[in-house]
Amino acid sequence: MHDVAKHDDSKGQYFWVWGALLFLTGVEVFLGYRQVFEPVRMLEVLLVLSVIKSALIIAYFMHLKFEKPLMRWMLVIAVTGCFVIMYFFFFPDAGRILRLGVQ
Amino acid sequence: MADATLQHSAAAGHGLAGEYEAPLFGAYSKKVGMWLFLASDSLTFGALLFAFSYNRIYTAWPTPFGKDSIINATVMTACLLSSSLTMVMGVFAAQRGDRRWTRLWLLATMVFGTAFIVLHGMEWTKLIHEGLTIPGFPKPAGQGVGEYAKISQGVPQFAATFFGLTAMHMLHVTIGVIYLGVVALRKWFLPILGVIWLAAYLVIPADNVFHYGVHALLIGLIVASIILFLKPKDYDAHDVEVSGLYWHFVDLVWMFIFPLVYLMSTRV
Repeated sequence: MHDVAKHDDSKGQYFWVWGALLFLTGVEVFLGYRQVFEPVRMLEVLLVLSVIKSALIIAYFMHLKFEKPLMRWMLVIAVTGCFVIMYFFFFPDAGRILRLGVQ
Repeated sequence: MADATLQHSAAAGHGLAGEYEAPLFGAYSKKVGMWLFLASDSLTFGALLFAFSYNRIYTAWPTPFGKDSIINATVMTACLLSSSLTMVMGVFAAQRGDRRWTRLWLLATMVFGTAFIVLHGMEWTKLIHEGLTIPGFPKPAGQGVGEYAKISQGVPQFAATFFGLTAMHMLHVTIGVIYLGVVALRKWFLPILGVIWLAAYLVIPADNVFHYGVHALLIGLIVASIILFLKPKDYDAHDVEVSGLYWHFVDLVWMFIFPLVYLMSTRV
């Protein structure tokens, strides 16, 4: 837990986070516009950058970094777990449809 | 942001075991409720993004977005990121009890959000006019039959996933702006919203999809009116913080949509 005064004293960090997010967006635009990688690798790289950006937003702007560890980990593990399950359900099945040659 | 009030109450110590039990998550219920909603909403967007990524990889995907679209989407991203910063400042002002600055920061956030919606609407209108469309959209006069029209016919998944994802996000941004308007201005926001809805409905031509889409504002107006008249209240720092969580989530989702939808479909 934290108090309000502590946050007010460290407002500058939010400007740094904002700057970092803009910078990472610039990197994404550069990579995307120049087509630096082939599509699958590009998708992976952009996703990694997006995950970094979303982690910054969740941790600082949404203040999850300052919540109790129980709440922090419960949310992160639950949502990540759901996405992992979703991945294993969606992608292999979608690939199976392609391999079976459904028109 | 854990709640200092709860911490204080728990620490006050009545000396009686069991008289006060600190909340499990160290946060007030409104905030926990919003986090749970956001977790569930993230799965909605997750499913849409998975569908998009699958199509992007396994389909001969068109790459029609040129320099103009990328610049436009980058400016939209900057608007949302800046709105998150003003939202954080609004939350701080609310926690200080500074009502004037709270309102000003929230209004600044709404301005950035509105700029995002307008830019996105212009982008949609341009793409639809050039032929990118899905069944059900009104056909504008002089709709193009060029590259985008061929994409709509040849790879219908492109238009479907593009409009599906971005429409869902635009709806969330619109709801967010209305939410912040209610928190910042309360009942004063209702006539403003009503005028914006009516003006947009009258100004936007009937062959534009937003002529109908703008009714989302009317639905927002009705819902906000019901809430404000049934339970009128002076929104406090907790309400500002909870509305901020929603707003940052909208920003967060765009951090995935922008690279996947726009940058992965950039014309070389």
